[in-house]
Parts: sequence; C-alpha cells; structure tokens
Amino acid sequence: MLGIINGAVYDPQNGIDGEVREVWVEDGKIVAGGGIKRAGAEIIDATGMVIMPGGVDIHSHIVGAKVNAGRKFRPEDHRDHVRSRTTVARSGSGYTVPSTFLTGYGYAEMGYTTVMEAATAPLVARHTHEELEDTPMVDKGAYICMGNNHFIMKCIRDGHPEKAREYVAWLLGATKGYAIKIVNPGGVENWKWGKNVGELDDEVIGFDVTPREIISTLAWINDELGLPHVPHIHCINLGRTGNARTTMETIDSLGGRRAHFCHLQFLSYGGEPGTGLRSAAAEVARAVNEHPNVTVDVGQVIFGEATTMTSDGPLEYRLHKLSGNKWLNDDVEGETGGGIVPMGYRRNNPVNAVQWLIGLELSLLIDDPWRVFLTTDHPNAGPFFCYPQVIKLLMDRDYRAEMFEGIHRRARKGALLPELDREYSLYEIAVVTRAGTARALGLKNKGHLGVGADADVTIYRKLDDKEAMFAKPHLVLKDGQVIVRDGGIVREHQGRTLYVAPPYDAGIEEDIRAHFADTYTISFDNYPVAPECLSRSEVIPCA
Amino acid sequence: MRMENVVCPFCGCLCDDIVVEVRDNAITAVKRACANGRSLFLNTHTEAKHPTVDGREVEWPEAIAAAVDHLTDAASPLIYGLSSTATEAQRKAIALADLLGASIDSTSSVCHGPTSIGIQNQGEPTCTLGEVKHRADMVIFWGCNPSEAHIRHFARYSVSAAGSLTPRGRKDRTVVAVDVRPTRSARGADIFLQLRPGSDYEVLTTLRALLKGVTLEVSEVGGVRVSRLAELLERMKCCRFGVIFFGMGVTQTGGKYLNITELLALVAELNAHTRFSAMAMRGHGNVAGADCTLTWQTGYPFAINFARGYPQYNPGEFTAVDMLARREADAALIIASDPVAHFPLLAADYLKHIPAIVLDPEANLTAQQARVVLPTAMYGVSAPGTAYRMDNVPLPLKQVVESPQPTDEQVLDWIIERVKTCSA
Repeated sequence: MLGIINGAVYDPQNGIDGEVREVWVEDGKIVAGGGIKRAGAEIIDATGMVIMPGGVDIHSHIVGAKVNAGRKFRPEDHRDHVRSRTTVARSGSGYTVPSTFLTGYGYAEMGYTTVMEAATAPLVARHTHEELEDTPMVDKGAYICMGNNHFIMKCIRDGHPEKAREYVAWLLGATKGYAIKIVNPGGVENWKWGKNVGELDDEVIGFDVTPREIISTLAWINDELGLPHVPHIHCINLGRTGNARTTMETIDSLGGRRAHFCHLQFLSYGGEPGTGLRSAAAEVARAVNEHPNVTVDVGQVIFGEATTMTSDGPLEYRLHKLSGNKWLNDDVEGETGGGIVPMGYRRNNPVNAVQWLIGLELSLLIDDPWRVFLTTDHPNAGPFFCYPQVIKLLMDRDYRAEMFEGIHRRARKGALLPELDREYSLYEIAVVTRAGTARALGLKNKGHLGVGADADVTIYRKLDDKEAMFAKPHLVLKDGQVIVRDGGIVREHQGRTLYVAPPYDAGIEEDIRAHFADTYTISFDNYPVAPECLSRSEVIPCA
Repeated sequence: MRMENVVCPFCGCLCDDIVVEVRDNAITAVKRACANGRSLFLNTHTEAKHPTVDGREVEWPEAIAAAVDHLTDAASPLIYGLSSTATEAQRKAIALADLLGASIDSTSSVCHGPTSIGIQNQGEPTCTLGEVKHRADMVIFWGCNPSEAHIRHFARYSVSAAGSLTPRGRKDRTVVAVDVRPTRSARGADIFLQLRPGSDYEVLTTLRALLKGVTLEVSEVGGVRVSRLAELLERMKCCRFGVIFFGMGVTQTGGKYLNITELLALVAELNAHTRFSAMAMRGHGNVAGADCTLTWQTGYPFAINFARGYPQYNPGEFTAVDMLARREADAALIIASDPVAHFPLLAADYLKHIPAIVLDPEANLTAQQARVVLPTAMYGVSAPGTAYRMDNVPLPLKQVVESPQPTDEQVLDWIIERVKTCSA
C-alpha cells in the first residue's frame, strides 16, 4: 500500500484539473482511498507537486529490424552519447537511435510508462519482440504494416474483403501486434518497380487495386474486428510539397470511419512542386476539426540531429538523393519495405524552419486536445527525449516567439504562428501526452488515475520552466513501484508487451498456407511468434 | 516421430523445410538438408558430458566457480564467438560483458566485419531473400561460392528458385560470377569474370566510373577488358531487379571494408536506373543474429569494449584477433566457435597462455586446450532458440532431441549470477 498525498492531480479522463487529491496504490493498481488503513502505508508527500498518469506515446520507432539497422549504420550517432552501467541499469549508447536499454530508461526518466513501436514488418515481428524484451521500464506494443500486403491486396482485387478480415485477425495474433499500420499504401509495393503512387486512385502494379481501396478496406476491417486502436495511417506523398491535398482527400475518403493519422506535420505541406514549401497547417487543421472520426499525432520537428526511418521505401530514396546522406533500403517479401537516411534539421534552413512551424501550427489550430497528440515521430523529426522542449513551446507563448525570431527569415515571412496566442494548460498537456493517447489506443487502464487503472504515475515538481519540469520528474511509479527518483533510474523493471488476439475463422489458415507457399521463403509454421516468446504480456480485448 | 519444417542451424541460409525423423531420442533420418546440414543433425551427441577444469571432470557448480574465478581475476577479459549460438544466449553474453567490463566480439570480425564498416560508410540497399526469389532477373555472386558454402542457396532463393516474376527459375535469370578462380559456383554462370587477385576495388571503381559516364584511358582493369565491364554494366542497368551477393573474397582481401564501401556505392547508384540490392553471404547459422543482438544492446555490431563502463566500438582495437595478437586479453570466454582452428597463429597461440573457458557442444580444438570446458546443448538440434538468416529474417530453432546438457543461455545465467554474488 502506497499513498501519494497533497499533490495537484491532473487526470483529464476523470475530469480532475489540478485539484489536490490523494492517489492510492496497491498491487500495481490504483485503488480507492476511502477506508484505507493508513498505518503502515508508505506515504509520498507531493506538496507543491503535479501528479499525472504515466505518459503514453502513441507513435515512436524504438525497436525492430529498421531501428536496429539505423543503430548499426550510425556509429557516429553513438560515440558521444553513452550511459554507463550502474548497479541497477545496463550501459548503452546512441542519441537519435539509442540502444534498447537506453530507450527504456530515457522514456521512464521523462515520466513515460507506455510506448508503441510504430511500424513492424510482420515477417520480422519476432525481431521486434526480442528487442521489446530488452526494452525495460515501459509497457509496449507494436503496429503491424499491412498497407502493401500481397494477401490483403489480392483479397481486395478478388472481391473478398471478408477473407482479408480473417487474415488480418490471424496476422495480428500471429505477430503479437497491437494495431493495423498503413504506410504509403501501394507506394511501397510500386517502389519494388522503382515507382510510387501519387494519387489515391493510382494503380498498385500487378494487383489492380488502389491506395483508396486499401485504406477503406482496412478501416472497415478494423471496425469489424473491434480493435482497441484504429487504423494508424501514414498517407501517400509524405514529405512532398503540396501533399496537404492528398492528406485531406484521404481524411475525406474514410466516409466517417475512424482512423489515426500519424506525424501530420510531414503531410501538411502546401505550395506547388518547384515553388518551395509552405505551410498548409490551417487547411489541414480545419479538415481535422471537421472530422470527429479522426485523431492525429504531430511529428514536431526538433532542430538538431535526426534519423529518418520509415517503411516508405520510395520516400527514403528521395531523401537520400536530396540530402546526399547515406541510404539504407530493405524490401520485404510480400509485405512491405523500408529505408533509413540520417537527417539534420537546422533553424536557418528555410525548409526545416517551415516544417518546425507547421508542427506547432497544427498543435495550436486543432481545437480538441483529445484528437491531436504530441510526438516527434522519433527519431524522424527528432528524438523522443526532446518532448519537454515541445511541451514548453506549447505552454509558453514567449518562448515560442523567442524561437521564432531565430528561424530563417524566409520561413518567418507571412507565417501564421505569431498570430496564435493559444497556450496549452497543464490539463491539456496531460491530455496530449497520456489521457488522449491512452483513449485513442483503447487502453482502458492507462492514461488515468481512476480506481482499477495501472499504477503508472508521474510526479513532477511544479516549475515555471516547463521544459525543466517535464524533463526530470521527481518520481515515476510503474506498476506501483518507484522506478525513477529525481530523474534517475533506481530500479530496473520489466514492462508488459501489449497485443491483440482477435478471433478468426480457422478455415482461413488453408488460404494463408497456400499464400505462404507462393510468396514466402519461410514456412507457415515458422512464422507466428509464440506467446512463450514474451516474458510478460497482456492481451488487450477487442470490442 | 517425424518433425517437419525444422530449421537447419548450420549456415546463414537457415533452410526451414527440413524433415527430421527421431526414434528413442536419436535422429534416424534427415531429409531435404544439404550435406552440411545433414551431418550437423546426424552428428549431434545426446549422451551426458561433464564439464572439465584443467582436464579434470567436475560437477557444474565447480566448473562455473572456476570459470567465474578466471573471468573476475582478469583485468581485460575477452568474450568471443557467438555466431553458432541462439540470440537468447547472445543477449546473455553481452550482459556478462557489460557486467565484467570485458571486450566482446563475434566471428563477424573475421568474416563480414568489414561489411558492417562498409555499411556504416555508405548505407546498404538490400532486401529479403524472397524478393530475390520472386523478382531478381540478374544475380551476381562476387567473391563467394555458394555451391560449396551455402549449398541450397541457388535452389531455395537465388538461381533455380521459381518465383512470381521468375516462373521458369534459372531460365529467367542472368547469373554472373566474379572471382579470382573458376569456382564450382562460377561453372554454371552465364558470365564469369576472373579477376586478378586483390583487384576487386579497382574493378568496382571502374564500374562506378562507367556508370557515371567517365571515359577511361585504360583497356583492362584487374585482368578484365573494360569493354566486358561496360557490357556487364549495361546488363545491370537494364535488368528488372538485380542483386549482388558477396562473400569473404571481397571482405577479407586487400582493402577489406573499402571494397565493400565501393560495392555498396555501386549498388546504390544503380537504383537511379533500376532496382538493385546487395546482400552479404553470412556463414554461420546465427552470425547475423550476433550482429543484431550486439547492435540493439550496445549500438555497435562487433568489436566492443566495456572497460569504461559503457560500450566503445573500435575494429582493430577491440577485435579478438588483434586483442590476442597484441596480448591485451588476459582471459577468454569462447562461445560456440573455434578460434584456435581459425585464427592466425600468433593470436591462436596466445590463447594457450591465458585462461580460456569454452562453451560448446563439441570438443573442438579450442576446447582441447582450454582451462574450463562447459559442454552445452546444440541450438536447433537439442535446444530451442532463435536465429537470424543472412537477410536478418529471424526463425525459431527447434529442439528435435532431448539433451542432458544445459544450454549456453543457462550456463551464462549461472555465470552472471555468480559474478553478481561475488562482486556484491
């Protein structure tokens, strides 16, 4: 039994906005305070402090084949960024692509207790789970890439969406995945021919289907299966000048079905090809405001080093040609692909400065904080441990103005940002970093401090400098145990792997076996990740 | 009992269609495997073996205590091998290195370590083997000899394998071999370029120059007429999907990582014309896994030292051959490899002078001169685990027979526990 008393509680899911409340914890869960035998209970006095549920990251690239390839080919990223072993923690290295232990420690030290890996190729899900086992402190899960999957595209072509539905249910269980991920639907398959898609009705070579059909089918399947999260979509044309048009068309194309659009900043570009990038944040934010079926995360650019890594193979080749930086590509049989290119964002670069503006404008122009979440698409727009800097930008208009003065003058000219007076409250920050993300993920025991919630709690010292406040929590509790004290790890903790296992018609396995013989170089039997591979896991129920 | 879809742990192909028949805990038949794989399955022992300390058979606790004494007494212990064990054990070996402040290196450092450095310089356009099977109409084998080293590679993945865009298999592909001698793999190739030994870098640079449209003033490079190179390059530019598989003929000859940097640059540049990939022909069954586990736990794929309390990476300094040849290691833990049989004499010889501890299912040459020998089960035959194919696709290794021996992972756990107890 443990009680946290005298702290100001920010628990938006339960409508608590900074009131002084007690939080009681027993057996890893939040329990009711009434009638508690306080004698003998451990008491944490949080006078003058802010209490929030542990942070929940809805989109971050932390583990798996792609992230590990990024680590392997960037020793220059690691040399100056090391952590020594302690009696409770492992050593490691890496800045934008930290080793697994460092990733777990870094999130915990920032007060985050749940993180979702944003893109896993199903064929290498086993690798993702091995790395998740070595990512301590946090609960975690992985999204499974399906937007260029041969089986699904063939089902759509042949008019058998119900077969695709059974396959998706099987695939999520087989890979121990958490959600359907769609990355540049059809474009990654076309990249295997050296091409891409540019419109929602372009053809996927060899499959006679379109990006629009892939998205609408997977959105339908997601609802049919009652998955806790919604389809998690990385649109076509990411990073391209003028892509706001296809982004808004994609939002419209859902016909009211629910979806999450990730790293919207990279998808809100105006202008015409060749005329330079301009912000289309206002138009895209309006579209989001008008579509209550949609949630988004921002993918805020952080000035400094980054590593772009995505399943969007043609995008990464383009970034390689644009930047001249080294390039890694990996095409995955029958499923997807991916690429990696190191990147730096500079405030005196007009394009980077506009990208930075767009992220902030989206955050400030989308009205409902329950539908716009804080991310940096780690490590694509910047490393996750810069979240406190983003929080300060959202909460502090003066800081924003000061940063604005430092960016390239061409980006400043005509920019919308100086007109935006909005400042996020602590309550709203609690929404965009935990309550809102947990709700969007369908994690009923996370992102709040009501009775029965997981006892993942972060206690911050209340400081005027919000970056300092959120960078170094006073205490972090995971499953009811103190894991971080004064911003440092005091106990290593193995979190759970969260996954879904929707029921499916076993008859589909025959079709999948035949598909394996035609498509894969490994056998059907050796593909699924067995539950025993996960040392600690939790199946999140479907509706 | 008949077990199907067993993964053969021998080489980087990790063929996962093997059929194994077992009677009374003995393997009686192995189907579909190549000669290497068959021999691995049929020669696995299942009788109990005792660990030994200084040649004397002892019980496990005594052997573990002796191993830990040597490791904790050392100022600069070295952990080496890893490529024929499962990732579960590799992860524990790295944890032990972290705990001891040791150096850790895998057999990559004497095979495809230069490939990692090349990738760090240049990047790597690559793919999974299924992409080769289904799409590749041009396959180049450069400095490698799969006919003898990766025996089923041609049939399962790269040459005769029939795929969706290559329904006629061999007939739908142009096969090229580049080597310093006419290997068995080169015999069946459509084009064979026999290079003068040590000239890979010059030939690769020439191909890059030709691709950029540079007019050359020489007519021959590396023993090959420039006109033949130009002809090959045209075919590479015009294919649908090409791949270069490369082996130790490029990674371990003069220039080493520079060869690979050049090869990967050529492949990247070909993507302006068509789709092209490169892939290292990884030798041992889980050497790719060793690169993966070391990278996710430390940030680096091989040649790592923890003496400062955090991982440092420096091939040439922390690579096993160099540490031994310079006499910088004062104890060695060898896991699933046989450096005495394979290292240069100077390095192998020095291993006799320091306490060596060996974890291996077999009494290999290194084990025969080690102070402590810890006989373990064989992953993929008598223990389950995970291994990564040469294209980094992970596969589950099965246990087909019971073993009285502990696994590498269990033994490393015992060692870690005892080191922690001793230092507490």
